[in-house]
Amino acid sequence: MINVEHLTKTFGAKCAVDDVTFSVSKGEVLGFLGPNGAGKSTSMRMITGYLPPTSGTITVAGFNVADQPLEARRRIGYLPENAPIYSDMSVLGFLSFCAEMRGLFGSAKKDAIDRVVQLCFLERVLHQSVDTLSKGFRHRTCLAQALIHDPEVLILDEPTDGLDPNQKYEVRTLIRRMGSEKAIIFSTHILEEVEAACSRAIIIDQGKIVANGTPDELKAQSPFAGNVIVTVGNVSKAQLLPQIEALKGVEKVWIVAEKPEHVTFQVVPRGNVLPELLEAGTRNAWKIEHLDVEEGRLDDVFRSITLPDTKPAA
Amino acid sequence: MKTIWTIAKRELGTYFTSPVAYVFIVIFLFLAGAFTFMVGRFFDRGVADLLPFFLWHPWLYLFLVPAAGMRLWSEELRLGTMELLLTMPVTPWQAILGKYLASWIFLAIALFLTFPIVITVGYLGHPDYGRIFCGYLGSLMLAGAFLSIALLTSSFTRNQVVSFILAVVVCLFLILCGWPPVTDAVSNWAPAWVVDGLASIGVMTHFDSLQRGVLDSRDLLFFGSVIVFCLFANSVVLRAHRA
Repeated sequence: MINVEHLTKTFGAKCAVDDVTFSVSKGEVLGFLGPNGAGKSTSMRMITGYLPPTSGTITVAGFNVADQPLEARRRIGYLPENAPIYSDMSVLGFLSFCAEMRGLFGSAKKDAIDRVVQLCFLERVLHQSVDTLSKGFRHRTCLAQALIHDPEVLILDEPTDGLDPNQKYEVRTLIRRMGSEKAIIFSTHILEEVEAACSRAIIIDQGKIVANGTPDELKAQSPFAGNVIVTVGNVSKAQLLPQIEALKGVEKVWIVAEKPEHVTFQVVPRGNVLPELLEAGTRNAWKIEHLDVEEGRLDDVFRSITLPDTKPAA
Repeated sequence: MKTIWTIAKRELGTYFTSPVAYVFIVIFLFLAGAFTFMVGRFFDRGVADLLPFFLWHPWLYLFLVPAAGMRLWSEELRLGTMELLLTMPVTPWQAILGKYLASWIFLAIALFLTFPIVITVGYLGHPDYGRIFCGYLGSLMLAGAFLSIALLTSSFTRNQVVSFILAVVVCLFLILCGWPPVTDAVSNWAPAWVVDGLASIGVMTHFDSLQRGVLDSRDLLFFGSVIVFCLFANSVVLRAHRA
């Protein structure tokens, strides 16, 4: 649905997007991650045809954005960053304008407005001036605008920015639900959102793609992925460490927390350490209070990829 | 075409949902009347024509048209809605024409509301209606030319005040260009072709000939070219914003 090939954008000497290639097919929700200024918004602006790329090609639903901009744009719903919106109109007036701009008139327009109003929970503010709306409602009004023509492709630049946790949850659910029949790209800073809504994620840093995969694949890249964390109640640190270090499957071990009532340690395994660890536990009569295998957190992956100089905190 | 009209409708709505339209129309009608009757001595002249009425239009438009047009792109830039508008299926030309037409229609509405003065001269004497029609046409074309300038300057900046001042300065330049005191002053030191060039881009000679009831295609062509040039420059500026 969306094909981006060797996309590059320079502003003067500064390279905002550097040779980016990826594609999104129907039924996929692609999460766009990256620190501020990484080139997320610039990429999205080029896909929607707002900014012309310095080089590279973009096709949306089979139409080249540079050669057939109107055909491509008809198939895109776009929520720009900060959800800009005409402040002197009512919500209904704004949606009606957007519907007409998308070629919807008469009963088709009415149906489209009814649909997005319901989808974005705007019934309560329909006749209110956009000026007087809270940030959450403004955001959802702009989101409704992106959905009004039921586009095949959705580009959402930070769709949950500025929403409260309930609204975030609703928008995320909405994205996931629509994801099955559309191609969606959305950018975010919130990593849990990627796990909640995306089928695939791209991490972009300084204009380059530095990671691309499903959330699980990305998490597996975490320096902590596969580590075993154990809390033991009745053994002191001094007794515990030699017992663990003696095990063959232990690459490295360190104490995470030490309190009078218990000690928590983390093991970097060599192969599968669990059976051996549990056996050592029974042998030495540890009172194991808690045992956990780290799945890897996207935060850690994100940090280790975008800040290569920082060592993972032990 | 439908897209242009959708954009124009939204812009027109913006004028009338805010106080801008009403303040503008009231001030325009008040000043037009005040200049005509008090400064222009409409009754003392004892002539049934609208010369003292149209005489002041360039000076009214000098401030009022930039005020009506300063918002057109500046506001879009400030709110960021330009990104929204230009990622919809519209060409920049459709967006420019939609905005331009909306404001021109608005100015035409304000101008139309001066119709009581036509009734007044018609009641008082036997005016030359052809000449009055020409006068209105000239006034509308002048407003259109100034408006295209205001639209252009509003695309330069997100600041409406800057956009207003730039438009006023350019319009003032065009008014003064053909004015004899100015052309005389310039002719003292500049070669003749500069003086002629300046005089020919002045709006006043074209405006005046329409006021005299002369419907010359060259005058209409002049206003038309100012408008087309400014709208074209506008599309260039829009492209530059996105590059």
